Amino acid sequence: MFGRPNLYTSYEQESQIFSTWTQKVLAAFGILLLFLLPFDIPAITTKIPGTGWLADIPVLGRVFSWSIGDGIPLVRFLGDADWLRPMTTVFMLAIAALGLNILSGVAGQVSLGHAFFMGVGACTGVFLGGESSEALYGLGLPIWIWLPGAGIAAVLIGIIVSPVAVKLRGLYLAIVTLGLVFVGIHLGNTSWGRKIAGPPALGRKYPELDIRLWKEEDPLINVSDDGRWLWFDVTDAQKRYLLYLVLAIAFAFVAKNIIRSRTGRALQAIRDRDIAAEVMGVPEFKYKLIAFAISSFFAGVAGALFAALSGQILAEAFGLFLSVEFIAILLIGGAGTTSGTLIGTFFVVMIPQFVEEITKWLDKSEGPIGGTVGELILTDGSGDLGVINTSTVTPGWTLSVFDWNIVLFGVLIIVFLIVEPLGLFGIWVKVRNYWKRWPFSY
Amino acid sequence: MSESGTPLLELSEVTLRFGGVTAINDVSFSVADKELFAIIGPNGAGKTSIFNTISQVYRPQEGDIRWRGDSIMGTRPDRIAKLGIARTFQNIELFPQMTVIDNLLTGHHVRMQRSWLAGALWFGPAKAEEIASRRKVEDIIDFLEIGRWRKHPVALLPYGFQKRVELGRALAMEPELLLLDEPVAGMNLEETEDMARFILDIQRELGISMVLVEHDMGLVMDIADRVMVLDFGTKIAEGTPAEVQNDPAVIAAYLGSEFASTSEASKT
Repeated sequence: MFGRPNLYTSYEQESQIFSTWTQKVLAAFGILLLFLLPFDIPAITTKIPGTGWLADIPVLGRVFSWSIGDGIPLVRFLGDADWLRPMTTVFMLAIAALGLNILSGVAGQVSLGHAFFMGVGACTGVFLGGESSEALYGLGLPIWIWLPGAGIAAVLIGIIVSPVAVKLRGLYLAIVTLGLVFVGIHLGNTSWGRKIAGPPALGRKYPELDIRLWKEEDPLINVSDDGRWLWFDVTDAQKRYLLYLVLAIAFAFVAKNIIRSRTGRALQAIRDRDIAAEVMGVPEFKYKLIAFAISSFFAGVAGALFAALSGQILAEAFGLFLSVEFIAILLIGGAGTTSGTLIGTFFVVMIPQFVEEITKWLDKSEGPIGGTVGELILTDGSGDLGVINTSTVTPGWTLSVFDWNIVLFGVLIIVFLIVEPLGLFGIWVKVRNYWKRWPFSY
Repeated sequence: MSESGTPLLELSEVTLRFGGVTAINDVSFSVADKELFAIIGPNGAGKTSIFNTISQVYRPQEGDIRWRGDSIMGTRPDRIAKLGIARTFQNIELFPQMTVIDNLLTGHHVRMQRSWLAGALWFGPAKAEEIASRRKVEDIIDFLEIGRWRKHPVALLPYGFQKRVELGRALAMEPELLLLDEPVAGMNLEETEDMARFILDIQRELGISMVLVEHDMGLVMDIADRVMVLDFGTKIAEGTPAEVQNDPAVIAAYLGSEFASTSEASKT
């Protein structure tokens, strides 16, 4: 199975995404694992019997009691409803990030307006799929219309914007697209914007994800309630997870296919040398437009899924922080690579969860670790640190979980830009190449 | 060379100005099928500007440029590429982050048909086209002997090989006319000889016409069929290498006017 990793016997084999047997097996295993994750599989989630003594070891015991005693932490979300939602968020954000990767990572057009296009998608989705009332517009169409419709509307808005955007590059483009985000939030507050997005700060109920042929009562596939799929009992959260997973896999393959084919090379050529690309026969305007359109479509669909996941649409959710989160995803994961984008999304969404878990665990443990650190800071430095306490502060910690996340993102972006500009993907390539050559160093 | 038929490329009375500076002044020449036409001249004579007007990166104010008899004035650069005019650049303009294969495949872009939608689905036409293109690109890689660099990002390649990859990228466009901008600039003797061999092979085996801009006089006089000399944007001579070498205006431009008169004197 491990054979010779660089030996290809046909161009067809070399052009495949997973070109060796090892990769094929690992990829299939990974996808299967993702499908199994939401379910309670006793073999993995039950405590391992006979490991209780590990918790009695003085220092390590706390780690063990956390990891083995309560199940294994990295896969702890198996069957745990608390972990399903962040994972579903990963899939939703991954779709948007894959779109931005094509625009910013592959074609080199830095855009801060991705949140705006997600907002456009979310509004279109609720307009097409939502129920109408006196205060709200809505057509009540089924999901197979409103979900692609959300993407297509974002593309149309993108095409309206792009003649300006295509002429700009670098910093100027970033600023113009940044402006879009504020325009979008403002539009959501206009009178007709409120008829689509609902009243500000309250939002509007988003259409269910049930798959219907048309407007009939009983959906073809019920996604919004607990029920039976094939031979399994599935909760609504698990159903959403599976639906988003399927969509994310489909979009990931589409993104990868675009990048590895003729269009992807043309976009990279424009990123690297735009005038040379034009002389080589790549029409710059056309391909920048294509990049904008593809990225907007991904964003539009992801925006609709975003609102559907939270159950309601809120114009304020599609603000600058969301756009910045995508920049963090691309930089941490590795701009220009599909797998890097996926890893980056997982990292950026799950890190807050891990931070939260760890703070919870530190809080739970009666030991002195969390407490002492907190007290030290509180007693010795309270005067300088100023406002520390908010309601969300975990006892013993000076910053809330949310604060920690922001600090962490900032630090991670800086560290990755300096140490590993290719992001997690670059680290993976280095590790892989090391083991390919092992035990020889050259 | 058929002088009677329509020439492949023809420039007539082309003038290009940048504000008050006249970069090209009333230059006319034509390139016949399968000809190796060289343009020489001191620095700043307007040689590269002529290439840029042919590929329509610059739009000349006066004159006409004809490809197989049809005017190409005002055509977009990417359409020019599609017509079959490929070029290399004086300062290498490869796509540095892409591998050698991807650079060459990008050159082949103009000869590929499948849209981004077919590419997104991959299976079917797009895949078949990718593999067919790869096969053609591999032929060029063999031809230029750059096989060992195949999967390296071009930014990591030595200078001489980057020049070769750039020539390969132009060949991947399957052109009828190749514009070579100083293909051996900064190369040592061995690399220059290799490049000369490739240029002659391209002319003889692949039957591609070429316009060559080069400062290496030895190379130009050895391989060119005809030579045109530019000085300050004006054409001062045209003819076979031997004719041009003895032209008093050329000698004056390169060596100064007093040498021109002595060479005249020594000849008589």
